[in-house]
Amino acid sequence: MKYLSLAIYLLKRLLKMLLTVLLVTSVIFFLVRLMPSNPIDRYVEDQMVQYGITYAEAQNRAAALFSMDLDKPVFEQYWEYIGKVFQLDFGNSLLSPGVPVMDIIAARLPWTLFTVGIGLILSFVVGIVIGAVMAFKRDRWYEPLVTGFASFLSAIPDFLIAICLLLLFGVVRWNGENPLLPIGMMRGTYSMQVTPGWNIEFIADVLRHGMIPILTYMLSQVGVWVLLMKTCTTSCLNTDYVTMAKIRGLSSGKVLFSYIGRNALLPVTTEFFMRLGFIVGGALIIEQLFVYQGIGLELLRATNGRDYPMMQGIFLMMSIAIVLCNFLAEVLYVALDPRIKTGGAGKDGK
Amino acid sequence: MENKTAYVTLSQSSRAKKMLHRIWFAISHDKAGFAGFCLLAAIIIMSVAAPVAFPLDTESDPTQILSAPSAEHILGTDHLGRDIFAQIANGGGELLLFAALAAVIGIVLGVTLGAFSAITGGKLDGLLLFLADVWLSIPRIPLLVVLSAFFSLTSVKLAVVLGILSWAGLYRTIRAEVLSLKERDFIEAAFMQNMTKAHIVFKEITPNLMGFIAVNFSLLMRSSIYSQVGLVFLGILPLEQNWGVMINQAWTQGVIYNAKSILFILAPTVMICLLIISLVWVGKALEDVCSPSLRK
Repeated sequence: MKYLSLAIYLLKRLLKMLLTVLLVTSVIFFLVRLMPSNPIDRYVEDQMVQYGITYAEAQNRAAALFSMDLDKPVFEQYWEYIGKVFQLDFGNSLLSPGVPVMDIIAARLPWTLFTVGIGLILSFVVGIVIGAVMAFKRDRWYEPLVTGFASFLSAIPDFLIAICLLLLFGVVRWNGENPLLPIGMMRGTYSMQVTPGWNIEFIADVLRHGMIPILTYMLSQVGVWVLLMKTCTTSCLNTDYVTMAKIRGLSSGKVLFSYIGRNALLPVTTEFFMRLGFIVGGALIIEQLFVYQGIGLELLRATNGRDYPMMQGIFLMMSIAIVLCNFLAEVLYVALDPRIKTGGAGKDGK
Repeated sequence: MENKTAYVTLSQSSRAKKMLHRIWFAISHDKAGFAGFCLLAAIIIMSVAAPVAFPLDTESDPTQILSAPSAEHILGTDHLGRDIFAQIANGGGELLLFAALAAVIGIVLGVTLGAFSAITGGKLDGLLLFLADVWLSIPRIPLLVVLSAFFSLTSVKLAVVLGILSWAGLYRTIRAEVLSLKERDFIEAAFMQNMTKAHIVFKEITPNLMGFIAVNFSLLMRSSIYSQVGLVFLGILPLEQNWGVMINQAWTQGVIYNAKSILFILAPTVMICLLIISLVWVGKALEDVCSPSLRK
């Protein structure tokens, strides 16, 4: 009986997720098609400006290149697209003709996941430790300083942090000579002279190039975790069950981990998974700033060139990531909190 | 009937007065709140006075390109030889004004939809909640990048778009808040007096959400500043002169390769940080006022 209701709940959730993704895809599809100008015009413009060829010739070239028929009614295109999406076929990119959208995404996504993911995990670990410590040291003089700095970091836009880091490391000459890091190291994903692959040189180079973006993501997120963890731990400290555990004479380690830690981590973990969903789509401006070849930069390029399938594909990936991680957060919350029992009914936010 | 209206207006006016009093109390008793308030006031005064006191250089001066700070130009000059300090003084007002406009639109939408949805319940509520879920699964900045292709966005249009886009997040929080308010006696009393839903939402519920609204106002202003400056930085919006545009110009002019002119990019960055931190501190002071656990 219990498993049946759980299965029904999961099925309902799954259907809702599918519907959400479908709706987002449809909204994006029409939004993208309604954008002024279209890929062919953009291409023709480009060719005319860059190579100085005539309008007619440029249009001939465009017609030969683009296999997509954009003159068909929009709704016909829409049904065709949705049908293909269900077969996991996202079409070919228009800007790099003949290359499937998924191949480009697969090439770009790891870079974004690498930098944003590591930044998020680092900030989570550091933030939780600092937050928990600060909750215990609320009467010390440095606590307001740390908390204030954390709220400052969490409030200012991440790209401003990136600019500050860039100035700090790459521009200012501290000892009157060279800046701390060569500025070329902060642009792009890896240097031209190294060959991609699993060799030490390449990995070191990638790490060097990723360092500043990762630091940016970490600094922009760490404040949130410090504040959240501090609030959660503080509220746990004042509860009856913690007092009771102390009275019973349990060791402070046991109180810290089993009583305070588990309860304080609950909302923090949920928030972590909610944010995890946004790591795919949240790095547009910073990737542009560091010319980091991730998915955000690809989306900007696709938007400029009106690469319809590419844009749709990237948005689809982003919304799937968000929906999936929200679901994970919900499931995890239930799994971690023994007080909540999954019932089929009454869980839809009623 | 007359009695009732008299009662409502009386309670309303005293509540507003109490609120103002409490806000002032919070700001003057909370150090960070006071600092934020002063900072915000200073920025506002500066942007109001700037067009008269520090007019922008309209002409470029080729002999003074990207010069270091001097007595004449205390923050140096930009790539066209114009004074940076004048741009800093003039660049904040617009950002603040349109952030406020976006926040007002967002608050009005969020409160109206959230409160009506929670009060009405039923199918409408479920539908709106689902739509908000869908809306929140579209990442914001990428969506704005796409949207900005549609119209030649001016500041006013962008503020309106930002306000409308922020409906979903606020809708969810307001709805949750109203759901708990709905159980209180005075709402039930209002229902029993057969008052209209509009009356209940705007006269009974909204005043009780004032603290919540104040906090969210500062949050919305922050996210609006983020989006405005971010889009300008991406070079998508040709806005008028403001701090974001300065950062963008400094960036595209490559001042990061020239340590002498670093103030061109650093000054607006610091100013935006100051503006945001002042908003945070004021918002936090307001939150302390309105959070029931701390009031006593």
